[in-house]
Amino acid sequence: MRVQVVRKKNSLIARLKGELDHHTAALFREAVDRELKKESVQNLVLNLQNLTFMDSSGIGAILGRYNRVKEKGGRVVICGCSKHVKKLLQLGGLLKIIPVYSDESSAVAEIMSKS
Amino acid sequence: MLMNYMVLEIPARSENESFARVTVAAFAARLDPTLEELNELKTAVSEAVTNCILHAYHSDGEGVVRIRAVVEDKKMVVEIHDEGKGIEDIARAREPLYTDKPELERSGMGFTIMENFMDEVSVHSSPGRGTVIKMSKLFSGTVNKNSH
Ligand SMILES: Nc1ncnc2c1ncn2[C@@H]1O[C@H](COP(=O)(O)OP(=O)(O)O)[C@@H](O)[C@H]1O
Ligand SMILES: [Mg+2]
Repeated sequence: MRVQVVRKKNSLIARLKGELDHHTAALFREAVDRELKKESVQNLVLNLQNLTFMDSSGIGAILGRYNRVKEKGGRVVICGCSKHVKKLLQLGGLLKIIPVYSDESSAVAEIMSKS
Repeated sequence: MLMNYMVLEIPARSENESFARVTVAAFAARLDPTLEELNELKTAVSEAVTNCILHAYHSDGEGVVRIRAVVEDKKMVVEIHDEGKGIEDIARAREPLYTDKPELERSGMGFTIMENFMDEVSVHSSPGRGTVIKMSKLFSGTVNKNSH
């Protein structure tokens, strides 16, 4: 699992590559939370396009970041998820609270337009 | 296809989660599964194996996880076994969103995912002795019965 983080104004874009499970969730959490600690970071875009596997540990880890961002008054959006990942997000109730976009540019455009 | 089986024994370490699910998925390849079915199997196995590592034993690497998978025709039965602390209240453990480790950002969706992605899931557990998760899945693929 690799996490690439990019800043765009007050939003953080996190691009996940590889497998998000119990073993790799800590890496994801640390990489994103390090940036979320900064006061200037408000929103989070999760790009899951290169995620090859996810299980319920991923649901917990995404929900954890969602709660962090909420505390700061920001928003989370997800993009690039496969059919399988979308099913997992749905089972975990995340589709009800996090908007999903097909690609990163529309997700970023959306979050920029409302902040 | 004649009955065939595999057995895998690994230390209960989180780095082995990926190896375990990929190995079971590779064994299922002979049933000619769709990509979706393979993803479902992998995810269900990942849930059960992760639970052994995270919940059954006190610390990472303490115990052993045993996996046995049997295939016959288009069906796979997979058993995931630990000798850890066991589950006191199985019905509660299987409830969606139930977790005894919310502080570790657990979602409590492991059993729900196993139930959604497999055809049957049964749980046998004795507190203090361990747990066996038995799951089965029928694959839609057209297995050529004359091959091997
Ligand atoms: N192999 C196991 N040994 C002991 N307890 C287990 C085992 N598997 C599951 N459990 C219990 O069942 C609960 C629910 O499991 P699950 O649905 O996978 O959610 P989570 O792993 O997120 O807690 C766990 O929190 C734990 O208390
Ligand atoms: Mg679990």
